Amino acid sequence: MTRNSQLDRREAVKALLADRGDLLVVTGLGSSSYDVFDAGDHDGNFYLWGAMGGTAMMGLGLAQAQPKRPVLVITGDGEQLMGIGSLLTIAARKPQNLSLAVLDNGHFGETGMQRSHSGLGAKLDEIARGAGIASVAAITDMQGIAAFRNDVHRLGGGPKLALIRISTDHVDRALPPRDGVFLKNRFRQHLGLAVS
Amino acid sequence: MNIAAPTAAVQTDWPNAIYRTLKRHGVAQISYVPDAGHSRLIELSHADPAIATTVLTTEEEGVALSAGAWLGGDRAALLMQSSGVGNCVNMLSLLASCRFPFLTLVTMRGEWAEFNPWQIPMGKATAQAFEIMGVTVFRLEQPEDAEEVVSAACSLAFESDQPIAILISQRMLGRKKWTEVK
Repeated sequence: MTRNSQLDRREAVKALLADRGDLLVVTGLGSSSYDVFDAGDHDGNFYLWGAMGGTAMMGLGLAQAQPKRPVLVITGDGEQLMGIGSLLTIAARKPQNLSLAVLDNGHFGETGMQRSHSGLGAKLDEIARGAGIASVAAITDMQGIAAFRNDVHRLGGGPKLALIRISTDHVDRALPPRDGVFLKNRFRQHLGLAVS
Repeated sequence: MNIAAPTAAVQTDWPNAIYRTLKRHGVAQISYVPDAGHSRLIELSHADPAIATTVLTTEEEGVALSAGAWLGGDRAALLMQSSGVGNCVNMLSLLASCRFPFLTLVTMRGEWAEFNPWQIPMGKATAQAFEIMGVTVFRLEQPEDAEEVVSAACSLAFESDQPIAILISQRMLGRKKWTEVK
């Protein structure tokens, strides 16, 4: 198992979001939200600052409501571990427009770099496959990121999950807006929905 | 003890009334952790191609699913049993933080002619578990009130951005029937 990936998380996420077109993005709390914000703020981004374990399920609800738009969940290994059952739920629904990018450094980066279950040997890609996720990739280089980025934009063959092995190197914080009502209304406005 | 599976809960037409009312209010996604009391509504939901019906592994998944549905322009409802309400407490903070509309229909256990003592602690704490997280709790005690209560809850949820739980009385579900196997 590759545990010493040198993939830079910021570079990886920036490449994943390149030429994003009509992509909608939901991010898990902590570093994943910072990475996506650092790649360039966008009205079609919804950053979670809480609700740990719920990011993939928010992605499913959104993907079902917007079946013609590609939806990408970007989260960390720790956040996905807390909602591990949601992989089974998503697999059972088979959303063709939903992709999950799990940024895996094998640690709980936000809370003092304790090793996560992934760092202690759990194989999240095998768990995703066992849950029934249609397409699963483990990515350790930028070519893999580019290939997954193209998969994300192709509707069909879903749901898809990429386990992206990232380095544990420190990156500067880049803090997105924290007001949930603002983020919700901005997102809905982006989709042309009524803002109550 | 050798006991066969319980029979389905006593059915009147109130599950149909709930289904029709949810449809009238434009609910397009329903998620659930199964419960015998919700079995008819779950069947109706699965049979309706206009409703994306999602079976969950745990109740809090449905809270996040409902929030994502609203982000994308869909109205959602979550079905569960009172024993699952405690699982949702942390995820309910998502609704308060973002003022998401939310509607859940909860079949009650542990409050009326309950035979399983393990259901009682969570049954007694169900309403409070919602209330400590800011969810407004409605009670549905009589089958004939189903349409009116669900309709009022839908308006409050989807037009006034409120989190609403409807607790469906265990008395309405009927006693759980058990069949002894010789």
